Amino acid sequence: MKRKSFILIAMLLIASLLVTACGSKPAEAPAAAPAGGDEGPIKIGGIYPLTGAIATFGQSSKKAIDMAFEEVNANGGLLGRKVELVMEDNKSAQADSATAAQKLIQQDKVVAILGAVASSNSLAAAPIAQEAKVPMVSSSSTNPAVTEVGDYIFRAAFIDPFQGQVMANFATNDLKAVKAAIMTDANSDYSIGLANVFKDVFTKNGGSIVSEVSFVSGDTDFNAILTTVKNAQPDVVFVPSYYDTVGLILNQAKNNVGFPENVTFLGADGWDSPTLFELAGDAANGHYFSNHYSPDVDSPEAKKFIEAFKAKYNETPDALAALAYDTAYMVFEAIEAAGSADSTAIRDSLVKIDLKGVTGAIKLNEKRDPVKSAVVIKIEDQQQKYFTTVNP
Amino acid sequence: MAMNKKKLLTVAAAMAFGVAIQSLIWLGVLNAYYAQVLTTMSMFIILATSLNLINGITGQFSLGHAGFAAVGGYFSAIITTRIAPPLPGPIVFLVSLLVGGLVAALAGFLIGLPTLRLRGDYLAIATLGFGEIIRVLFVNWKFVGAAAGMWGIPGYTNFLWAYAIAVLTVLFIVNFMNSSHGRACVSIREDEIAAETMGINTTRYKVMAFTFGAFFAGVAGGIFAHLIRLLHPQSFTFMFSVEILLMVVLGGLGSITGSVAAAVLLTFLSEALRQFAELRMVIYSLMLIGIMLFRPQGLFGTKELSVDMLAGMKSKFKFSKN
Amino acid sequence: MAEFLQQLINGISLGSVYALIALGYTMVYGIIRLINFAHGEVYMLGAIFGYYAITTLKLPFFAALALAMVLCAGLGVIMERIAYKPLRNAPRVAALMTAVGLSLFFQNFTIYSIGASPKAFPKMQQINWSFMGATVSNGQVLILFTAIALMIILHFIVQKTKMGKAMRAVSFDQDAAKLMGINVDNTISFTFAIGSALAAAGGVLVGQYYGVVQPLMGTLPGLKAFVAAVLGGIGIIPGAMIGGLILGVAESTISAIGYSTFRDAVAFAILIGILILKPAGILGKNVREKV
Repeated sequence: MKRKSFILIAMLLIASLLVTACGSKPAEAPAAAPAGGDEGPIKIGGIYPLTGAIATFGQSSKKAIDMAFEEVNANGGLLGRKVELVMEDNKSAQADSATAAQKLIQQDKVVAILGAVASSNSLAAAPIAQEAKVPMVSSSSTNPAVTEVGDYIFRAAFIDPFQGQVMANFATNDLKAVKAAIMTDANSDYSIGLANVFKDVFTKNGGSIVSEVSFVSGDTDFNAILTTVKNAQPDVVFVPSYYDTVGLILNQAKNNVGFPENVTFLGADGWDSPTLFELAGDAANGHYFSNHYSPDVDSPEAKKFIEAFKAKYNETPDALAALAYDTAYMVFEAIEAAGSADSTAIRDSLVKIDLKGVTGAIKLNEKRDPVKSAVVIKIEDQQQKYFTTVNP
Repeated sequence: MAMNKKKLLTVAAAMAFGVAIQSLIWLGVLNAYYAQVLTTMSMFIILATSLNLINGITGQFSLGHAGFAAVGGYFSAIITTRIAPPLPGPIVFLVSLLVGGLVAALAGFLIGLPTLRLRGDYLAIATLGFGEIIRVLFVNWKFVGAAAGMWGIPGYTNFLWAYAIAVLTVLFIVNFMNSSHGRACVSIREDEIAAETMGINTTRYKVMAFTFGAFFAGVAGGIFAHLIRLLHPQSFTFMFSVEILLMVVLGGLGSITGSVAAAVLLTFLSEALRQFAELRMVIYSLMLIGIMLFRPQGLFGTKELSVDMLAGMKSKFKFSKN
Repeated sequence: MAEFLQQLINGISLGSVYALIALGYTMVYGIIRLINFAHGEVYMLGAIFGYYAITTLKLPFFAALALAMVLCAGLGVIMERIAYKPLRNAPRVAALMTAVGLSLFFQNFTIYSIGASPKAFPKMQQINWSFMGATVSNGQVLILFTAIALMIILHFIVQKTKMGKAMRAVSFDQDAAKLMGINVDNTISFTFAIGSALAAAGGVLVGQYYGVVQPLMGTLPGLKAFVAAVLGGIGIIPGAMIGGLILGVAESTISAIGYSTFRDAVAFAILIGILILKPAGILGKNVREKV
């Protein structure tokens, strides 16, 4: 008995060592000619949640990034070299994001990192990238603290204060709202961050917050909190969350709880996905959200991206995919401009980036956050209709 | 006497090993990625052995270990970031770990008193509930960043810290197990009624095991906070408790060396599977089911792996050869 | 008053969703004392099978429901034979860990094969009734009545049929049941088949009610349903119903009085409170220990 267990343990240990050894081999080989050097493919890392609670967003980001890499390689790569994506799954977790960052930098010797989605995941990876002086560009982390980690950390998304402010001012000025309710996802940094800013700006504008409720990601039943919100009689309800929950919230608000027609729901770029309309049906009509671009006034870049994405994956991209695509191109552009695949050179040219991206013209301010205008979109007949543009 | 000498030697050897590894990290032979993985592994050794004290040795069924780790993590981070006494880093860190552990122990004591009357699955669900309640409290506590979490925590943890504390934890638990208190705990696992009849104050020992377990979980939480440099309530969900329980069961309930081996194995397995990206968790779960089916009593059962055992095995092996 | 009534209705409809899942949980627990963590995932797979049956195979709703139930019943039996049967005499916690493994496997395999994004489940025409100022929809009524009907049917199966008698015997003492000529393996497989079919029915109905299915939909409701089952007294069929309803109403009440951020904490606090007062759950009998 004892012997059997000993043999089993020995086998398992040897097996895991072997797997580790096999795993590190491909990483060792190019180590002879580091990716930052002049030969072999340029390696770029990605940290995305491919499994776990926010896998939807990670997978949609990954699709867009894969597409960007295929495109650039089809056009001959960068600096005459191929680009290679090393994608790591962070299981939607903080600890795994940190380990993934270490692995990408130390084992794979990537020259830059794309990711992560959730701000808390990016915040776990960012100090590691900063210390190793490898530029990291987050596609969709909106917490201002992410780029405050250091001068090697960048982002492609709006920061919380911007979108929260845009929608609060929109509610006051365009909708003449005085009473607002806020529904937040208690597990999402994005949701909480936007809600706090909205609250500040809206009350400063003279409005009042009549109800604040929260739910957690994974909930499907919103009847109870919607009933509470409805009874507070708000003019607008701000729901800074993602399409998977917002679709259900809008649906239940109209069909189960019976919200009056004159209550408008407001949201942010997390709403941008065709899934929202599938889940909400006609209950989505008449509501507004802020986004990076609008399908009716889209730029040639956006049009090209949407068409290519549809052709490749047979689905319409969401905002996360668009942002991830731009993130990849920010790094490509920076490598081209630097004329080198050296991490520090990439960082120096990322600071000066001027990219016509899918999500608008991307220029970074001194905090390495993008300065770009937002559009407010109205939902009509389950279609996104351009309403107005708000400049930063 | 001879026993003590052997133990001392083992501990000295273990510490020397840790110092050697840390030197390799400082020299850059082992890069930061290996350091991160090895440190995580040491943290899991603390978590698994301390849960084993509750689940394996005392025979209670706790599913709330993540909650205690959260308490320890948050309170130690409060010391190092919000209070930040003007003392050298290592001292602040040590104090913060102690505070984190003590607050977690207090939480364990307060939770253990009423809940440890429950048995089996009812106790499991009650501790799970407490774990979740603790998490929700942190989600709502503005001082520690509420749902957005706490960041900018100094990265005090290195491999040697985590490893040395893991060695101390194992040493403590082994000594506890061999003390009269530990034997009382084992008797509760084997037969609670018989233990009570023998005059053992079962509630006292159950709460004691629970409190010690919570203390070490809190210390591990502090190590985690200063390793990842970020705390987020989502890190301490019920799945984290399950992950720790998995190590305990996989190693063998009641076997300390088993818990250590399982913590090492699962940490490396998880890293080794990294290359499979989206398939990683699928393979991980299949391997888990496979191991459980192959060794339901855990790798080591309730036995301990020791030099004596290895020697015994060797002689047996020789014997069977003849 | 109208608001109170509305929140009560909201709570009951949420609670009947929990109850629907908890019934299968409690049934399996009742017979082999195993917390089948994979139950929430079987519920999810049921919903996904139903989704594909309706959208890809173009089956009518009830045919899709039946197909999902049959598929999941089969899955439940296979699961039991491969993963739980070999562990029947092993420490119970080993089987629990296997259940966790299965749960992770189903979840991640589904994410791997169909992606993590939510899918819109075709909803049936919604009809709302007004009732003393509160609104009730046909979907809510359907779920509540299905849960009640299934509870009664299950109770009948367990208490009145030959198979039910065998199930109770196996639950009481497996070895004695074997000596009495009961085929223990078949009885346990049958229990898993019923429990899994119930989960599938729950999945399809809930998917239809909310209009969405996705690979992680089983995790949270699975955990809540387990809590509900323990609350009512695990292993007791009407207990699952009562536990589910209490949990649902408690959650809506907490949201209604403005503490939605503490919702889950309060739900667990209620559970712990009840367990401390009544350690075997609301309907559970306190078994006196014999020496």
